[in-house]
Order: sequence, then structure tokens, then C-alpha cells
Amino acid sequence: MEETLVQRSNQGIDPEFFVWGWDVAGYLFLGGLVAGLLILTGLWMRRAGARSAMPASIRWGTVAAPLMLGAGMLLLFLDLDLKVHVLRFYTAFHPTSPMSWGSWILVLVFPLMAVLALVLAPDRIRALLLGCRALGRLATLGERWWGRIATIAIVAGAGLGIYTGILLGASVARPLWSSAALGPLFLASGTSGAAALLALVERDGAVRSWLARADIWALAAEILLIGAFLVGHATSTRCHIEAIGMLLGGPFTGAFWGLVVVGGVGVPILLEWLELRGRVIATAAVPLLVLAGGIALRYVILAAGQASGVGGDAPLNTFF
Amino acid sequence: MRYAMVIDTVRCVGCNACVVACKTENATPEGYTRDWLRIVVRGEFPELRRDIFSERCNHCANPPSVHNCPTGASQIIEGGLVVVDRSKCTGCKACIASCPYNARYVHPDGHVDKCTFCAHRVRRGLLPACVDACPARAMSFGDIHDDGSEVARLVRSRKIHVNNPASGCEPQVYYLM
Amino acid sequence: MRKWTRREFIQVAGGAAGGAALVAGGCFQGSAPRRVLGLDPGTDGDRIVRSFCEICFWKCGIEVHVKGGRATKIAPIEKHPLSNGMLCPRGLGGTGLLYDPDRLKRPLVREGGRGGQRFREASWEEALDRAAEGMERVGKEHGPEAMGLFHHGTGEGFFKRLLGAYGSPNAAAPSYAQCRGPRDEAWVLTYGHPVGSPEPVDMARADCIVLIGCHLGENMHNTAVQEFADAVARGATVITVDPRFSIAAGKSRHWLPIRPGTDLALLLAWIHVIIEEDLYDREFVEKDAAGLDKLREAVKDRTPVWAYPITGIRPDRIAAAAREMAQSRPRSLVHPGRHVTWYGDDTQRLRAIAILNALLGNYGRRGGLFVPSKPEIASPAWPEIGEHGPSVSAGYPLAGEGVTTAIVDATLTGKPYPIKGWFVYGTNLPLSFPNAKRLAGAIQKLELLVAVDTMPMEITGWADVVLPECTYLERFDDLYACAWKEPFVALRQPAVEPLGDSRPGWWIARKLARRLGLGRYLPIDDIQAYLRQRAELSGLDFEELAREGFQKVKGPPAFVEDGLLPVFDTPSGKVELWSGTLEAAGLDPVPVYTPHPQPAPGMLRLLFGRVPVHTFGRTTNSPVLSEIVGENQVWVHVSVARRLGLERGHMVRIVGEDGKRSTPVKLRATEAIRADCCYLPHGFGHSDPRLRRAHGRGASDSDLITRFEVDPLMGGTGMNVNFVSIEPAEA
Repeated sequence: MEETLVQRSNQGIDPEFFVWGWDVAGYLFLGGLVAGLLILTGLWMRRAGARSAMPASIRWGTVAAPLMLGAGMLLLFLDLDLKVHVLRFYTAFHPTSPMSWGSWILVLVFPLMAVLALVLAPDRIRALLLGCRALGRLATLGERWWGRIATIAIVAGAGLGIYTGILLGASVARPLWSSAALGPLFLASGTSGAAALLALVERDGAVRSWLARADIWALAAEILLIGAFLVGHATSTRCHIEAIGMLLGGPFTGAFWGLVVVGGVGVPILLEWLELRGRVIATAAVPLLVLAGGIALRYVILAAGQASGVGGDAPLNTFF
Repeated sequence: MRYAMVIDTVRCVGCNACVVACKTENATPEGYTRDWLRIVVRGEFPELRRDIFSERCNHCANPPSVHNCPTGASQIIEGGLVVVDRSKCTGCKACIASCPYNARYVHPDGHVDKCTFCAHRVRRGLLPACVDACPARAMSFGDIHDDGSEVARLVRSRKIHVNNPASGCEPQVYYLM
Repeated sequence: MRKWTRREFIQVAGGAAGGAALVAGGCFQGSAPRRVLGLDPGTDGDRIVRSFCEICFWKCGIEVHVKGGRATKIAPIEKHPLSNGMLCPRGLGGTGLLYDPDRLKRPLVREGGRGGQRFREASWEEALDRAAEGMERVGKEHGPEAMGLFHHGTGEGFFKRLLGAYGSPNAAAPSYAQCRGPRDEAWVLTYGHPVGSPEPVDMARADCIVLIGCHLGENMHNTAVQEFADAVARGATVITVDPRFSIAAGKSRHWLPIRPGTDLALLLAWIHVIIEEDLYDREFVEKDAAGLDKLREAVKDRTPVWAYPITGIRPDRIAAAAREMAQSRPRSLVHPGRHVTWYGDDTQRLRAIAILNALLGNYGRRGGLFVPSKPEIASPAWPEIGEHGPSVSAGYPLAGEGVTTAIVDATLTGKPYPIKGWFVYGTNLPLSFPNAKRLAGAIQKLELLVAVDTMPMEITGWADVVLPECTYLERFDDLYACAWKEPFVALRQPAVEPLGDSRPGWWIARKLARRLGLGRYLPIDDIQAYLRQRAELSGLDFEELAREGFQKVKGPPAFVEDGLLPVFDTPSGKVELWSGTLEAAGLDPVPVYTPHPQPAPGMLRLLFGRVPVHTFGRTTNSPVLSEIVGENQVWVHVSVARRLGLERGHMVRIVGEDGKRSTPVKLRATEAIRADCCYLPHGFGHSDPRLRRAHGRGASDSDLITRFEVDPLMGGTGMNVNFVSIEPAEA
């Protein structure tokens, strides 16, 4: 028998390690959504070629995206324990720190989203924005560089979606997060969430079915990536096996399989396939399930990851 | 130059003098501690073995907490000491999530805090408070790259253990077994 | 793709260069001492005051850092003979006591019934008047011998003198009859003097250390642990006899997990082996000891085989341990231990330990029991205190000190004569004394109870008048003369001004003396002048004392190797292996093993001890120390927990035989203890709600100690005789 006593009770660390909560999960979710929106916007720009052919939901999306990302960044700001130093993120760049990459990416993405909004926003809103001359010139530039911006949007979206997974994976101390599948998984989840969100507001049937198909691809990718995530851990070292055990019989099993896999991926993919076949009327059910599954995925990975330490007994926080 | 700590688990009696010395020297906030004891008892009565580890930040030679800090608040200074600059810390907790030893915590003032190997004392030629106070004389501190230093001699002379060597962080707190 | 204009080129290049600079600046990790905000906690004092600690009785030399009138931290005195530049966690955390918000700050006067714990704050004038008037009344109506004094701590001296001048012979320290008394009398009977504190064992140079009733490591007496750690590191053999796998047991070559209650059998078997196999120090015993033949006869049948079924320790292991300790002689010692009041025959058990040490020939030797002398400190010419009548402790003629047990008995029964008033200085009787109900009964019969304390300990809740003493960091005390390898005299001086309206003990004693018309017996109005006078009369340099905190004094050698010539103040003038004094008193001249009751199936013997971070109940409320260990846990063997369907961390209640239920306490199910006993660190589960941090946290072993066995030799109260059961605490 091995009996371990650890005599430390630092708040947030003991008895259970938990420092990143709903605000960080909320940002991961919103960031993923915005990443998906950027990708879908870029894809549609290449497909449409001109503003008039762009779907209304995508155009509304370009206005929503900076607001959502702003909200996400606000959530990150709320997570900071020493908020007055927030500008320190922007007085240096540390290439070894995914969070440093992330804070700069977040800021650099805003000009891109500004250009997209100026070029693609619904007409009424464009009219307001273009009242300013500088913005007008930016809009013209954007329209001239339509193709390049589409590509940049897709790349930026991919980067934004994937880096959060890399950031979590940089914590060697939390074995659940050390998976190459995590970044792409978050991206796939964000893309499917974006597709679902757009489908919720899109009225054009053809676009909706495009979005539904995009969603199905994204959800299918999610299933594959979840599989890769699980198998990768289960075949790795002892601490990885223990970490994935959280989702395979451990305390997070119900939430993961119920809310994320079945509710957030399985049921939506089935319903959407049936919708495309015309067997089922499209409702808000799928988008809501996908979005709920997206936030659940972020929270479960965040919480389970923090619970998966690198070993040590459950500490008794008194000594004798 | 690389500062390291060597702790003799045979001498250590698990009294917590190191913990109290650190608390009073560094005025750590109530409810928080920069160092602590981990006591492991193995076996079945009456064949038993106890090992006592006085733990703290290991001032790793390959510290993910420093690599992951987005503002440069977590940094390495002289002798490989890993410290947190309070003027730069935003409390984002990336370092806390990165540390395999759970050595850091969020100070009530909002910044991240942890053992500094009493850098303020070391810079004046003194020993860290915990090392100085230990009544079992179980703790040593010094430049492990200096072959003649006590810490270098000790790690050469006895069987040593570091916490979680597989972390790849190259911790610089060595336990003599 | 069109070509870049110059402007665009400059913009992009400039941006890239700027970015590179940012990267470089962010990445640069220099190696010169860099200014980092927050690195220096600034706890170094602008003034350092040297003094000595009072968190336990060891009295290590301390340096108190004072910054802006506030004590920031405590560090050890480098060259102090007890500290040696190191301190234990309790002493290091002394500022916790100083700044404990629950400290007594103002005198209190009881309102309502005794024990109702209703008090009102009073002025010193009123409180001292009441206390003095109460004492006068008791003296007038029942005689001054009806006042008893319970005392503990460096400041006790002035109160002992006060009560002595008042006319009472009934002063006693609980540390005698409730703790070390049996070993002190055992030593007196064997060697002619008590063991003494700090315990004079030269572990630093011992090759074999036997611990039977000593849990060094959890027992954090500074110098003892320093030397123990040195010995362990040196490869000395440690033999630990303990039903629990203590810290010391974990560092022992031999751990003998003895059945509780049977230690004397083991000791007798060891003595048997050492005598029969001719392993004892023949030269020493023949020259300096008397009674070997009678001892040999008495232990002739006390073989390891005889001891095996009693103790549960295999005969070969018993014999091996005996041989090993003898092999290392004379650098081989059996530590006398502390808190040896276990079963009521404790003086005899300690006699066996004293005899064993004598057979090892370690008296006055390096690696053995050395003979320190206490420096003499001259006193100014104060009036002598006259002889008193017999004390209530006279019923224990072999007791060399006052017996608290007798004072409590006299209070309850009126025999040999009634005690009607108690003065309590610095000791928390409800946690020191067994059978709290009986103690409360005695307290209720009192006409006066005055308590002097720094904290609102349980005893103050019973008092009629509570006088708040300031802590050791805020006061002068009398000079302390220490008997150690290098004898020295130490000065206690204040580092900060007393908080609230608390006052030093000498001041309280002086004020009371004057009110009682006894001012001339304690003529101290200026404590510093008094201390300086004593120092000068003793040939000490007061300036050095104030500067260094202590001063070494040349004394006679403590070791034979340095020239010590041992003398034994016994009737025979030799070490008495066989005690004629005991025989004359109708007691066993050589210890005799008597079996003690064992727990019924399903019951566990309640054992208790220390945690290194606390001095029992004194520090469990400390903001600094209670952070580390805020509550105790009850240790039981995993099989016991399994039988009860309980797991580690479960909250349980400990239930005594007399129905007493403890407060909820965490269960520690461990392999590290025998299955017939449970272990609970002492000093937790405080019941006084004014101790806000400690109140109700953990369980109180003292509450469960409802039965005790009185040692007929010196009145010690054996407390390891309580059997308990464990039950889950309801949610």
C-alpha cells in the first residue's frame, strides 16, 4: 500500500487543480466560432466572386464575428487575475509561448475582420461604416484584393481555430491536452458551430443545404478527430492513459459522451443527413445542439485536462 | 552557473521548519505556501518505509512555465533561477497550467507567485531561508555547475531522486535517498 | 504581381525590423542580476532584538526582526548553544502568537456562574484588586496553604515566589505529574538527580540511540532533532520502540512495534540479556553502581522468550536489539523520553530505563548521558521566605516537586486539607489534566480561580479573574540559566511594545505582591535594573547579554572525557540498580512487570503525541502554524477502517468508554500503526469559542481521557489507559 500526504492547500491548486473555468471555455468556444466563420466566409468569397452573390447569413456573419471575438477577448480579460497589466501582452512577443502567439493573432485578426465587414456587411450597415472616408478607402482596397483576402480569411481562420489546441497542448503538465488532434478538433468543432449558426439565420434554401453539407463534413471531421484523440491517448504512456480515463469511465464520461459526442455531434449529423434527404424539416434543433456540444466540448476538455495532473496521490490536506 | 538545492531525505524529519521559515521570510499570503512536504509511506505493517520530501518550485533548467509565459513575466535570471516579475504578470495562469509540479499559485494580489530560491538572499550571499533554518541540516544550496560546491559533491556521492524526471523539465531540486 | 513601391518597402521592412526588435527584446534572457519586481519581500528588520523563545520549554536563542515597530520574522541566533543557527517551525512561527487576533488584550472579570464563560473587560486596577482580595479572603478563612499555584513557563519564577511569600507550600507544575515526573524521580532514585531539561543526552556522538517513548521528529525539540539527524546521517543505529511507525521509527534500523502497556517487559528482557550475556560495562558497574546481584536475581526469569507473548516482539529481535545497544557502549543511550505518564507504574518503567543506561556505562560519557551544570545566577538580597507547613503533595513522599494531582484531589476531597483557591500561570489545565469532568468538579468547589495567560485558553473560561500577560516577544523575564554542554545564561527582552493592555508577568506578580502587603518580597519596579543587577552580581556582562541574547559561562566539565568526576547523591553514593529507598517505602526496589488491561475486541487504546508544527494546544490557534496543520487526524490501521466500512478522509467520532464523543475528526487509515490502538495528536479540538481558528477543528484527546491511573510513587497520572471506539460522524 502506498499512502501519500501532501501538505499544501493553495487555492485553485489544492485539493483539486482548477484555474481555467467558464471564461476560458467561453473564449475557446467563441474563438472557434469566429475561426469557423472566417473559413466559411473565405470559402464563399472564392465561390461567389462578388458581394451580390454572397449569402445573407455570411454577410451578417462578418458583422457578428468581430463582436463575438470581442466578447471572447472580454472573457479572456475577465479571466486575468491582474487585469491592469493586460497591455503587457502587447509590449513583447514570445515565440515559445502559444499564448503570446494567440494574443497577437487575436489582435491581427481584427483588421482582417474589419476589411471583411467593410466589404461584405449587409448594405445598411455598410452605408453606416462607409460614412468615414478612411474606411471607404479600406473597403475599396478590400474589394480589389478579393481573392487574396478570401485566402487570408481561410488561413487566419484555420490558425485561430488550431492555435487554442496548441496552447493547451503546450502544458506538458496536463496530459489530457497533449494531443496533436486537439487543435484540429477545436477547428472542426468551431467550423461546424459556425455553419450551424449561419444555417440558423439563413433563409436561402440552397445556401442552407450547402451549410448543412459543410456542417456534416465538419462534424464528420470532428468524429474522426475525437477518435484520433481517444486512441492517441489510450495507446500512449501511463499518464496519458490515466488522463483519457477521465473520459472513458472517469468523472467526465457522462458529460463527454452525452453532451459532446452524442448530443453535439452524433444526433446533429444524423438529423442533418435526414434534412438533406428531405425526411425531416430543418429546425433550430441541429444548430442549437451543435452549439451546445461545442461549448460542452471546450468545458469538458478544459476541466478534465486540469483534473489530469501528472501523478501524485489524492492529497489529504492535513498532515497528522 | 546553475543554482540547485539538494535535500537529504535521510536527515529530513518532516518538521516543516522549511515551510514556516519560507512563510515568514517571504511574507506569503495567508492560506498559501511556496513550499510543502510530501510524505510517502509504503508497505504493509510492520514492513514499512517512509520517505519525506520537502518540495517547492524546482527552478527547472527547461521550464515550460517560462516558455509559455506570454509577457515575459516568468523569466530566468542569474543561475537559472526562475522568477516572476510582478510588473509584467497579467495573471493569465498559463504558467500555472504548465507546471508539472503544481508549484505556483495565484497570489491574492492577482499575480502568480512561487518559490524564488530566496533570490533576494542569494544575491546577498545568503542561503535561502528554508535551507538556513532546517534543524536537521538536511538542505544544501549552491552552484551545481561548480564541481567543488557542496551540492555538486552531494549529487555525486549518493543515490539521488528528482520529482517526475519524465516531465523533461530538468528540475534542480535533488533528493538524496 | 505588381512591384512594391519604395514607400511600401520601407513600411514593410520597418515593420519587420520593429517586430524583430520586439521579438529580440521579449526573448532576451540576460544573466546579469536583473531588477525583478516582487523579488525582495522586505522582511528584514531595521532592528534585530536577540532573546529566547517561549513556544516550548527548550528556550532556543532567537533573533526577532523588527521593521517599523512590527515583528516581521524570527530567525535563529547563529552561535547559541541550543539554536546553533537553526530553529524549529514553532519558534520560527512565533510572530503568529504575537499577532493572533484572538489574544487576550484586556483583564477580564467573570459575570454569572463559573464556567458560564461570561466576562466583562475590567481595568488592571479592578482586576488586580479582585484577585488580591480573593487571595486575602482565602488566606484569612482557610489559611494561606489553601491557595494552590499551577505554573509553567519562564515567567513562573515570580509567581512561585509570590505564592511562597504569601505562605502557600502548594505550587506545582503540570509538567511534573502529568508529563516528566516519573522519569525525574526514577533518575533521582537511580542517579541522585532528576533528568533535567533540556534532556542531557549526547545524541550527536552516540553510536546507538534507543527511543522507547520518544518520537523525535514529531517531537521537535530543536537541539535534540539536530543531534538526532546528525546521528542518523552518521549511520548510528537507532532502535525505536513504538506501536506506531513514527518518524523516528522510519529512520531506525530496528523498529519494534510493541504492544502498548508492555514496555516494561521489554526493558526487563533487555536488562536480562545484557547481564546474562555479560554485555554490561563491568568497570563502571563494579566501581560506581550498587545492587547488581539483586538486579540479576530479579530479572533472572525475564528472558526474551518470556517477553515475547507479552510484547508481541520476537525473542530474537529483542535479544538482537539488546546486543546491539550493548555493542556500542558507552556511546549508547536510551533516551528517557518525555510525557512518560502512561499506565501508573511509570516511575518503575523509567527506573528500568535508568538502570539500562547504567549498565551501558554511559553516565557522563560522550555519546551517553552527560552531566551538565546550571550556572549560578546571584540574586539581590531579598527577604527570605520562611518555612511552610506540609504541602498537600506530602502524600507522595518520593515526589521531588509539587504534585498537581494532589492539589486537585485536595480541592475535591478536602484531604489532607482543603484547597480553596487556584492561581494558574501559563498552563491550560483542561488540556493537561485527565478526566475533564472531575477537574471541572474541582474547579466548581473553588472560592477563587485566577488565571494568567496570553490566549483565551479553556482554563481562562473557568476563571474569576483573567489577567492577560503579553507574549515573550513583548516582555522581559528573569534571567535564564541553562544546563547544557556549554552552560549559558540568556536574557529575554521585548522586541515590540505589548499589544492591547497586556502586561508582563513580573509586573503582574509585583502588583499583586504589593496589594497583598508582600511588596518587599518582590521589590522589582524597574525590571531592567533588576536584571542588570543580577547580571552584575553574577559577573556577567549585561551589555553583552542585551546585545547577543546570551552569554556562555564557564562551568565544570559535563563529560568524563573532559574531566568530570561523577558523584551520585544516592543513599549508597553509587548508582542504585537496586533501590533501598523504594524497598523501605514498600515499593519494588527493582521494577516488576505487571500486566495492564488491554482493550476488548473492537476497542482501541487511545494514544496521543505531538506534531512538529505545534506545541500542543498552545499554538493550534496560531495564524501561521494552524495554516500548515489546522486539525489533527485519528490514525487507525487500515484493517480497522475496513472493518468499520470507513475510508481515509472520512469524518468520524471517537467514542470513549464513559460515553464521551469527540468532535468530528478526519480518519487516517494507515498501515503505520498497530491494529489495537489509535493515535491522535494532542492539542486540537479546542472547545473555547474565543479561539476562533482552533475551535472545533479536529478532536480533543484530553476530552476522551476520562480515566487515569495514579502512580503511587510520585502522583503521576497515567493517561494511556483509555479505550475508545470509532464511529462515522453523521453528516
